[in-house]
Amino acid sequence: MSASAIAPSVHSLWTTAAPATEKFPTPHIEYAQLSPTLIVFGVAALGVLVEAFLPRKSRYTAQVGLAVVGLAAAFAAIVALAEKGYGTTKAHIAAMGAVAVDGPALFLQGTILLVALVAVFTFAERRLDPKAHGRHVDSFAAQGSAVPGGDQERAAVRAGFTTTEVFPLLMFAVGGMLIFPAANDLLTLFVALEVFSLPLYILCALARRNRLMSQESAVKYFLLGAFSSAFLLFGIALLYGYAGTVSYSGIASVIDGTAKTTPALASSTQNDALLLIGLAMVTVGLLFKVGAVPFHMWTPDVYQGAPTPVTGFMAAATKVAAFGALLRLLYVVLPGMRWDWRPVMWGVAIVTMVIGAVIAVTQTDVKRLLAYSSIAHAGFILAGVIAIDKSGVSSVLFYLAAYSFVTLGAFAVVTLVRDAGGEATHLSRWAGLGRRSPLVAAVFAVFLLAFAGIPLTSGFAGKFAVFKAAAQGGAMPLVIVGVISSAIAAFFYIRVIVLMFFSEPKADGPSVAVPSPLTSTAIAVGVAVTVVLGLAPQYFLDLADKAGVFVR
Amino acid sequence: METLIGLLVAAPLLGAAVLLIGGRRLDRSGHLLGTLLALVSFAFAVVLFADMLGKSADHRTLTSTLFTWVPVESFQAQVGFQLDQLSMTFVLLITGVGSLIHIYSIGYMEHDENRRKFFGFLNLFLAAMLLLVLADNYFLLYAGWEGVGLASYLLIGFWQHKPSAATAAKKAFLVNRVGDIGLSVAIMLMFTTFGSFTFADVLPAAAKAGSAQHATITGIGFMLLLAACGKSAQVPLQSWLGDAMEGPTPVSALIHAATMVTAGVYLITRSGAIFNAAPDAQVAVVTVGAVTLLFGAIVGCAKDDIKKALAGSTMSQIGYMIMAAGLGPIGYVFAIMHLVTHGFFKAGLFLGAGSVMHGMNDEVDMRRYGGLRKFMPITFVTFGLGYLAIIGFPGLSGFFSKDKIIEAAFAKGGTEGWILGGCAMLGAAITAFYMTRVMLMTFFGEKRWVPDAEGHEPHPHESPSVMTIPMIILAFGSVFAGGLFSLNSRFVHWLEPVTGYSEGDSPVSTGAVTAGTLVLLVVGVGIAWLMYGRRPVPAVAPRGSLLTRAARRDLLQDDFNHVVLVRGGEHLTRSLVYLDHSLVDGVVNGTAASVGGLSGRLRKLQNGYVRSYAVSMLGGTAVVVAATLLMRAV
Repeated sequence: MSASAIAPSVHSLWTTAAPATEKFPTPHIEYAQLSPTLIVFGVAALGVLVEAFLPRKSRYTAQVGLAVVGLAAAFAAIVALAEKGYGTTKAHIAAMGAVAVDGPALFLQGTILLVALVAVFTFAERRLDPKAHGRHVDSFAAQGSAVPGGDQERAAVRAGFTTTEVFPLLMFAVGGMLIFPAANDLLTLFVALEVFSLPLYILCALARRNRLMSQESAVKYFLLGAFSSAFLLFGIALLYGYAGTVSYSGIASVIDGTAKTTPALASSTQNDALLLIGLAMVTVGLLFKVGAVPFHMWTPDVYQGAPTPVTGFMAAATKVAAFGALLRLLYVVLPGMRWDWRPVMWGVAIVTMVIGAVIAVTQTDVKRLLAYSSIAHAGFILAGVIAIDKSGVSSVLFYLAAYSFVTLGAFAVVTLVRDAGGEATHLSRWAGLGRRSPLVAAVFAVFLLAFAGIPLTSGFAGKFAVFKAAAQGGAMPLVIVGVISSAIAAFFYIRVIVLMFFSEPKADGPSVAVPSPLTSTAIAVGVAVTVVLGLAPQYFLDLADKAGVFVR
Repeated sequence: METLIGLLVAAPLLGAAVLLIGGRRLDRSGHLLGTLLALVSFAFAVVLFADMLGKSADHRTLTSTLFTWVPVESFQAQVGFQLDQLSMTFVLLITGVGSLIHIYSIGYMEHDENRRKFFGFLNLFLAAMLLLVLADNYFLLYAGWEGVGLASYLLIGFWQHKPSAATAAKKAFLVNRVGDIGLSVAIMLMFTTFGSFTFADVLPAAAKAGSAQHATITGIGFMLLLAACGKSAQVPLQSWLGDAMEGPTPVSALIHAATMVTAGVYLITRSGAIFNAAPDAQVAVVTVGAVTLLFGAIVGCAKDDIKKALAGSTMSQIGYMIMAAGLGPIGYVFAIMHLVTHGFFKAGLFLGAGSVMHGMNDEVDMRRYGGLRKFMPITFVTFGLGYLAIIGFPGLSGFFSKDKIIEAAFAKGGTEGWILGGCAMLGAAITAFYMTRVMLMTFFGEKRWVPDAEGHEPHPHESPSVMTIPMIILAFGSVFAGGLFSLNSRFVHWLEPVTGYSEGDSPVSTGAVTAGTLVLLVVGVGIAWLMYGRRPVPAVAPRGSLLTRAARRDLLQDDFNHVVLVRGGEHLTRSLVYLDHSLVDGVVNGTAASVGGLSGRLRKLQNGYVRSYAVSMLGGTAVVVAATLLMRAV
């Protein structure tokens, strides 16, 4: 750029198309500020090497160790960055404008890393299934590429193979999720989306039991994900056409009219249709990921088919990452457009809350029930997003942190209730669980109460925060719909509690497997976070409040 | 010194936590730990007492604020303690008698497999009771108030395998809740009227309040009285105390005789400034006290169960205290003095009753005792001294404290003074009658022993020294405490700075009151001797007069509660249930059915085909895009 300024004006008369002296600038990367992401990707790459070079026997230990250490180190890096003030005073945009390092990014990345850390424990669980051919097995297929029920698969099971590739896949997904809410230009956003989506598609297909259903869910997720990516990409193209840049701040300044317009762009910046359609399509791409109605149809099928640890991770972490990205898009790029997108988002939020809650009423499978519950929760979070002020951001951040641990814990409990065919997810099989396994049922009841938003659980504190933010932002009707939906939702949560504690146990009912310390830890963390955030939310609300400002 | 106040509460609290959380591994040593911590608490109390005596009367109050418990804008509930002469009296009584009863329980509960739990509950009770009397505000007092209620519930139902014990515990809990509501309403009224609930703010403000606040202060007084009625088993909330005797006897001695049931007296005395400013509430207090002192005494006359007879007596004696507290500054000091002497002799009597039961295969029916004095000499002597103290035998504790209350009642003046004084003197006569009855039926006369349900012949024997030593110490208190307190009006001077004191203007001379009381005492003892000493006691209770039969049924209190409250409540709930079923449920079920129907229909959209899902996404996108464009157009 400096080159063109120095270039003699006479010369430019001759070559307007391409100033020959323009140099590609050396990218300037702030490695320290990007260290959390870099650590995760580094560990993921190491995991691939482990798969390639270590003998099968020692892979499991190596992978679990690597993943835990990597995630913990990345989290430590986040804490160190926040300590140095990158969340507040020193927030800025790193990597040549591609990645933001600011409060919301650090808060969400920290949440994702903790969720992933707990998810690794559930991934690594090997005590729940009975031993196959003398070996402990986990929730994942012996060999992902084998045809279900085929000879190859039988051979793999006999040989005691396990798919330890899930750990590097998980790490790649986590890496993408870390960038997603921090992405500060549309291309980085798109790349991050694909980086975390592709490993998830594969993970969904890897269930040890119900392999066909698992593969079906993966294909559905992949097809619809690709479809939504196409919308997102098309939207990006339109926005680029409108603003001539993919950078968030660049687009924002064009919308505000503060950017210097070049003659070449003058015609397109006048064209609001490009902006509006582009905005709508990018939003659609993100709404797909958060599972908002009417882009939610994949959720129940995929949540049900995927291996339960993957479902738990996906339900928790994807939501955090996608809402983070949506927040940044709406708050950084499009605040000038709020009169255009707010009514539409109102509609989406209302439909999402109501449909999620209403359809959940007639569900009979616990995983599908939780899927619809996650849709309703997406609606609640959207209500906070719409508030479009600082309290909106902090309430959404808090809600996401609270919700992700409840979800993770709830799905971890689902892995424990088993019968001969693996997990017993049909609700009728859960009748009387409270009589036979009071502790497990009580823990699940805690999670259900948190989902329902009963006071003294994190769910209440989170719901209160988003509804308060929405009401202050002038969205009172939204709050009313939200409360009504919560009431409908409370019905099916409480119904499960009633089923567990107040019906007679079935004679051939499922048994509750005794988990290893891994799953126990995951569930204990879930309960602890749920209770602590419910009893003493103020510290964390303050933290979210401090982290509630986007860098522009 | 201030830190010691916190430690006073902390020691038994620590004991309760360790014993209840520690579990079975502490079964062998738990009772020793619990007793040790009670003694530690008592040692702290003695140190504080010595320190307090060294100061001049006006500078004896110690305060200590630990932390803010509930900070909500102007609602600042502190965990703060205030140790003045009134609290000190209670602290010494609670920790002293409490420690003795801990020691006694080591022997009494020796064969109970849950002895560790029992000591954990006892420690919990001590901590809560100390919190109650040490709090420097009503909010923290309320925490202690509920804490002793919890401990009482747990200990009454300690043998919960017996349905009668479980029911009694529930009954005590429910009746106490009624009183507790009074206390919580009083605290709310205080906060809205005075903007605070610390003693230091509320009491001076109540004393200075103008006529505009008069009605509110009277209301607060009535609510505090309701609370006191619940905790101290006063009419009309007295019905739980008799059933509470289902708990182990040491519990009856400590909680349901010496300490917890006197919390109501403490509350009224502590809130003296409020009652002084609300004469209507004071009239209610003396009425409740006078009615209860006769009520309890009459019930005590008819009971054959030794513990229930003593429970009736407790009710009656607390009636005396409440009445004295209702008299205002002429009575506060004597209410507390009688409370302390009563703590000694009633605890001693209960421990004696426990000792008798210990030797008689847990038999409680006095008609199956008889002639026990030869078999249990120590129990007989200590129980006998307690007996002489409670009937007011000259020179013993009860004589000094009860006479003072009777004098104070006359000193109230006017018709009211005559009525109250008359009731108190009549009560003294009945007390002499029923206590002599207990004494004669238990220790004198023929043996009327029968084998227990499993056919074991009773072999009455003296209890081990771990039980008799506390009884002996309490007997000393029963004999000497009253005289010690009355010498040079020592107790009056001690408490006066806190409660205030005025002589009153008695129409009857002190000598006349004492003489009259002594005559009535002799009459009461004499009638009892005629009925139970000269004639053999029938092993099966005779039918008795209408009054006797009513008194056996606790003067029909349960029947009254059943007819008025239970039946009435049932009718109310039935009509509400009808409304709920026909109206509310109709609306609710209708809504639920329509949501369910909608859900079933919407569910069909989820058909499992990716193509449908994709169409829905495409349609959704089209709508979102169109809506976005439309928003700009309008």
